[in-house]
Amino acid sequence: MMVVTTSWYLALAAVLFSMGAVGLLIRRNPLIMIMCVELMLNAVNLTFVSLGSALGDLGGQLSVFFVLVVAASEVVVGLAVVVAIMRRRQGATVDDLSVLGG
Amino acid sequence: MDAAVFLISAAIVLAGAGGVLVARNPVHAALFLVQTLFGVSVLFVLQDATFLAAVQVIVYAGAVVILFLFVIMLLGVDRSEDLGVEPIVGQRPVAAVIGASLLGMLLIALLVSVDGPTGARGANAELGDAADNTRRLGEALFTDYVFAVELTAILLTVAVIGAVVLARRVRGPLAPLPVVVVTSVADDDPQGDEGPTDVAGAPDADTVGEGA
Repeated sequence: MMVVTTSWYLALAAVLFSMGAVGLLIRRNPLIMIMCVELMLNAVNLTFVSLGSALGDLGGQLSVFFVLVVAASEVVVGLAVVVAIMRRRQGATVDDLSVLGG
Repeated sequence: MDAAVFLISAAIVLAGAGGVLVARNPVHAALFLVQTLFGVSVLFVLQDATFLAAVQVIVYAGAVVILFLFVIMLLGVDRSEDLGVEPIVGQRPVAAVIGASLLGMLLIALLVSVDGPTGARGANAELGDAADNTRRLGEALFTDYVFAVELTAILLTVAVIGAVVLARRVRGPLAPLPVVVVTSVADDDPQGDEGPTDVAGAPDADTVGEGA
């Protein structure tokens, strides 16, 4: 009988975080890039909860609560920016938005 | 039993994440994201974080992904994206290398500190059992962390107001984008008749006047 230790959760969170980072780098649709940021935030949440339960501390779960709030507001503002951009340039990908690149 | 639940949930989580990475259609990516979020929620339940598991489903799957779907429908960008083209040469190999090295660093850090990163016990609040989870979280949030809770209230208000301002439909024609007039002082200088008596600011004032 295998025992699930904290390391299993942390390894899973590491894989999930890396997948989110790779997705952020390879995708060009701004919506899917925001989804990849959500994947990375979920990996961090999983780490917080795992270490919190490993150390017997409620602080991990409290941190996840605040991460959830910040992630929700980040999505709201990010999607508003995407809507504002797409109104002007239909179907724009992040490669098209290089005005600030100089 | 725990191991079986963990392995199944981990497979669901990773399959969902892979789906987000390779889905051509944004709607499919959003649904794969829901799959991942549910898997993480099961893992929260497995670790007795019952309140967070519920919040994960309600806030993420219920609010955030629905917001994604609203925006996809609103913008009509639900057509498939051609993943075959690679606009920046070498982007994907570099991204794979960066991702693999990131994963390697994280796993090495994990292996170095086996099961119990510092061994220090929590000093803030004791983690109760699952039945007690919500009450303890509420007590901690509204006593020790009440200032942070108030700050998140401000953050959410600011985010909502910012989103409304950003996504507001502007009445009438849009103001034209500002035209950047690129003039160099070196080109204008030989044409000027004033010669060396010019003060430093004068050519700039001339070009601005001509541009307008």
